[in-house]
Amino acid sequence: MARPVTNVVFAGLGGQGVIKASDILSQAAFRHGYDVKKSEIHGMSQRGGSVTSDVRFGDEVLSPMVTDGETDYLVVLAPEEVESNRRRLREGGTLITPDRIDPAALANPKSLNVALLGVLSAHLDIPESLWLDAIHQAFPEKLHRTNDAAFALGRKPQ
Amino acid sequence: MSAPDRYLWSGNEAVAHAALDAGVTLGAGYPGTPSTEILEHFSALGGRGQWSPNEKVALEVGLGAAFARGRVLVTMKHVGLNVAADPLFTAAYTGVSGALVVISADDPGMASSQNEQDNRRYAVAAGVPMFEPSDSQEAYDFTLAAIETSERWHIPVILRMTTRVCHSLTVVRPACRLAPPPSTAFEHDIAGRVMIPANARPAHHRLRQKLAEILAWNEASGPNRFFEGDRTTGIIASGITAVHAREAAPTASMLKIGMSYPLPIEAIRRFADSVDRCIVIEEGDPYLADGIRAAGIRVDDKPEMYRFGELNVTRVRRILAGDVSPEPAAPKGKPPALCNNCPHRVAFNALHEMDCLVAGDIGCYTLGALPPFSAMDTCVCMGASISVGLGMRHALPEHQARRVVSVIGDSTFVHSGITGLAEMVYNRPPTGHVVVILDNGTTAMTGLQEHPGTGRTLDHHATGKIPFEDLARSMGVEQVHVTDPFEQPEEFGRLLKKALASNDLTLIIARRPCLLAASRIKQYERAAQESECSAAAQSGGSA
Ligand SMILES: Cc1ncc(C[n+]2csc(CCOP(=O)(O)OP(=O)(O)O)c2C)c(N)n1
Ligand code: SF4
Repeated sequence: MARPVTNVVFAGLGGQGVIKASDILSQAAFRHGYDVKKSEIHGMSQRGGSVTSDVRFGDEVLSPMVTDGETDYLVVLAPEEVESNRRRLREGGTLITPDRIDPAALANPKSLNVALLGVLSAHLDIPESLWLDAIHQAFPEKLHRTNDAAFALGRKPQ
Repeated sequence: MSAPDRYLWSGNEAVAHAALDAGVTLGAGYPGTPSTEILEHFSALGGRGQWSPNEKVALEVGLGAAFARGRVLVTMKHVGLNVAADPLFTAAYTGVSGALVVISADDPGMASSQNEQDNRRYAVAAGVPMFEPSDSQEAYDFTLAAIETSERWHIPVILRMTTRVCHSLTVVRPACRLAPPPSTAFEHDIAGRVMIPANARPAHHRLRQKLAEILAWNEASGPNRFFEGDRTTGIIASGITAVHAREAAPTASMLKIGMSYPLPIEAIRRFADSVDRCIVIEEGDPYLADGIRAAGIRVDDKPEMYRFGELNVTRVRRILAGDVSPEPAAPKGKPPALCNNCPHRVAFNALHEMDCLVAGDIGCYTLGALPPFSAMDTCVCMGASISVGLGMRHALPEHQARRVVSVIGDSTFVHSGITGLAEMVYNRPPTGHVVVILDNGTTAMTGLQEHPGTGRTLDHHATGKIPFEDLARSMGVEQVHVTDPFEQPEEFGRLLKKALASNDLTLIIARRPCLLAASRIKQYERAAQESECSAAAQSGGSA
């Protein structure tokens, strides 16, 4: 069966791991055999400005950028970045925000990006093992446990 | 697991892999978004990659290596090619014995640049062939094709990328069928490489002859692709625009140009003749459209409003529909700002307090132009701070001239600030001048690269180091001060005040590592010390 293109946009502030999150999704989708494209503007993000990153996957992806109003899943890591990115979501698209995660349950606040990937993962058909492979590839070994836990926290049925 | 022959690479990574697979002898360049990661990947993969002080030097080093039959990659952002234009134009005449591929990474939309110049014009102006990849697969394939073209016709070749192609990850199946490079060797060819007029005149004819042959090759078997579709609309596109256009108009016929100089004009004519309406869709300048129309082919072109900024699927749809209604403004996100404890802040507080007229430069510190500092009055191109500041001092009445300060970063100083110091010593303003080097020990703006002032190579190993204070003194700068803005926060202001009041030529070096770089710099220094110790122990043992 032909697999249509899924559009995911990550948004947040420099230093929050927006690009890391998009890298992990791209890797997981890639390992699942999809055609994948990922695109963002980076360059000056280290100084805390707004960052977004687009990931698209399916049988054949053309443009690497998600068109405004065609985003299936908008994952926002900083509450103040929700409004400026809302126009990217399609009608009926899913918005995933940090309030989906209980901060008290998150061992390290820095792994919010991975926790939100966990939330996203519950909507996608990519097997959990590929997600974990992609997460492990993205972090040094000493951070695997915390990130696995963050991912599980987001993924568990709410 | 992914099949081993399939990778998810950025365009920059793909170029680095192609260079490695092709046995590239040397990669030289100067950092600049979006090109920087090419040499970093190439070096990490085991290739020989090095940062030069600026793009002109990088291209000349590359040219020398290519005279010696090397396969060479030279990388830079679009404005870097302005700096390297001088060698480029005459290297087109001399040609090369090996391969010389110049990567120009353009930045339509100016995600991280001071202008959005379209470097495709350079290919025409200099007379060098140009490839334009549209994704990472093509970045890989066209790097190899550029090397082949350069070797076959002994000519430098431009690989023109754009931010989206450099930084997007897309799937690549790498396959390199290039034979390994020949061993390097130098053969005399004085008539071919010494561009005195008597030699340059025939060299120009040779260049045009080569371009004619390359054109014939491009027409017959260049990397241009035809997508069969309905014949009512035919689209001509190149680079990233081609993928936007295929998505925006999936049923249209398309001619996608992979080698866009020399333009395969007869292939274009046949395509245009085969469709009812032919439209050129391209980002930036009407480069393709002008070239095609000059050949007498009727094509439609994008409305002028789409010359500005990047294209995307929405904008391509609008172009196809002839929609020139105002576009919705992109909502403003949070703008970048200097990191909270950035050492640059100390200098900008003082410059702001003393109400200086600041001739600025390019780097993280350009953010000193924004509130709360608003302490930068000009920023044009790398190195211009010193020379523009001098011009202001020459022209302004004395009470204003006294307030002029030139502010430059350490990497920028090495790139093109040293000639500014020469100008200052040589054409001295009556009020003297004050130059500040914000020496944070790295090229922070582009992601923490080394440069000749850090004393470490691209891969962070110890090498020769240029001490700015000694250099300035030896050039004749009278007052040279080094101060640490964190250790002595008041000292910078005191030095600046004194310098502004005097008629001396003053250089103040504010030296404190960039926050993001500090711990890495310590690591590199420790590693260097350890290897020095073990080398000393070894030589002690065997002597
Ligand atoms: C000709 C040219 N080459 C490269 C660049 C990209 N670029 C902008 S600023 C900069 C250097 C910044 O380093 P530095 O002067 O040390 O300042 P910092 O960012 O560390 O504060 C570079 C490489 C450019 N704008 N122009
Ligand atoms: S990255 Fe370094 S130089 Fe740039 S703003 Fe932050 S601390 Fe300052």
